[in-house]
Amino acid sequence: MAINQSTAAAVNSVRGPASEPVNLTVNGSGHAIELEPRVSLLDALREHLDLTGTKKGCDQGTCGACTVWMDGRRVLSCLTMAYSCEGHEVTTIEGVAQDGELHPMQQAFVDHDAFQCGFCTPGQIMSAIALLREGNAGTDEEIAEHMSGNLCRCAAYPNIHAAIREVRDADDGGR
Amino acid sequence: MRPVSFFRASSIDDAVAAVSGHPDSAFLAGGTTEIDLLRLGVVQPSLLVDVNDLPLTYLEDTDDGGVRIGAMARMTDVARAPRIVERYPGMSQALLLGASEQLRNMASMGGNMCQRTRCSYFRDPTSACNKREPGSGCAALTGVNRGHAILGTSEQCIATHPSDVAVALVALDAVVRTIGPDGTRSVPVEDFFLRPEDTPNVEHPLAHGELIVAIDVPDLPLARTSRYVKHRDRASYEFALVSVFSAMRVDDAGNVAELRLALGGVGTVPWRAHRAEQSLIGRPATPENFAAAADAELADARTTPMNEFKVAFAKRAIVRELSEVTS
Repeated sequence: MAINQSTAAAVNSVRGPASEPVNLTVNGSGHAIELEPRVSLLDALREHLDLTGTKKGCDQGTCGACTVWMDGRRVLSCLTMAYSCEGHEVTTIEGVAQDGELHPMQQAFVDHDAFQCGFCTPGQIMSAIALLREGNAGTDEEIAEHMSGNLCRCAAYPNIHAAIREVRDADDGGR
Repeated sequence: MRPVSFFRASSIDDAVAAVSGHPDSAFLAGGTTEIDLLRLGVVQPSLLVDVNDLPLTYLEDTDDGGVRIGAMARMTDVARAPRIVERYPGMSQALLLGASEQLRNMASMGGNMCQRTRCSYFRDPTSACNKREPGSGCAALTGVNRGHAILGTSEQCIATHPSDVAVALVALDAVVRTIGPDGTRSVPVEDFFLRPEDTPNVEHPLAHGELIVAIDVPDLPLARTSRYVKHRDRASYEFALVSVFSAMRVDDAGNVAELRLALGGVGTVPWRAHRAEQSLIGRPATPENFAAAADAELADARTTPMNEFKVAFAKRAIVRELSEVTS
């Protein structure tokens, strides 16, 4: 690696390409694992932390199946490098139920039959909860627009939208 | 993805030093294009320098009444910032019509300036592509090129520039501010995006290790009524076939007093419609003159059988947009 002297400080902090220790905070718990820098957050979750609820659909930022929250904002874990997540709070579908109770959005997806094969569902739910937090679900058009990053090959969209509307209109707004 | 080393920069100086000191390195911002291209094998740096921690997420007013946008400000945050919504609504609309909410939460403004074309031959390392591999040819010239550019093309490349917000920025005369190994500089945004000509691999004037730190959008009262309209194959989450950024003021006599017009989806760069602007300034704001201006702008369009529809499409989009603005 050809690096001139002025970057000596940087060299000291260069990690990889071999595996090195990484500290990830996922669903409130810290995890120390060894990863190569090229590992995505998605692969770190699925292959190293056994959190397989987050799905790998396209692995190129197109389908939304890998949607998770980083510091509360929904992002695509397939286009996020695990090394970039140190110091941030990652939340996955495994982290939205509380005290053994489904999140209201999870329950609404069940009640409205908002899936067939279920592969996109974790990503849909992570987006849907975030959507209500973002406050852009006032109309059906807004819901369609702001859920467009989550594809459903079974085309369960009407039921997904019905689930979102129900939680939006609930007294506690989906908490 | 090939093995890669990683450096999370904590200061601008560290980031610039790390990239400029390593010939085979690249900045990593939101990653929405770059990680995708890394995985496809289209770009293959051996060192990624993560700039996501840099204190560049601000929006602030400039002394001249404009807005300075930090390079790491995310598309979502810029689009919904009150000062952008109020002063440059067309820019806010352009941001919100790009990508999906997840991608907009990730993608940075600086990264958006550097995003790569969606040309499928560029994205496929086994295809000929002068942008990816200079001298290898252009598979798009005779390939599936329905979405490709009709303005600013060359014999070497017809790849469309994908950005929406950059269309707004060229219309607004924004300035890209950088810090590199040789110091700071400011580049007018229209000079930032280079047409392919004989070197489609050179997309912008940034030196290796030169980092975009901010984008300055000048004060422009006209922009308070700006709009961005995007025509595409799907209603959402799709790149433009034709998009139009417009801001126009018609005086009491019915003449066009001020006009900013730019097009997306049709150019190899975000396309400022200078010819259309010049042909309309001072003339009556009529559909006939709008059509003549659109004709002038598209006069040099170079098409393929698959994308020739974009000429009429772009003209109609311009006429419709300006007609709606005046009505």
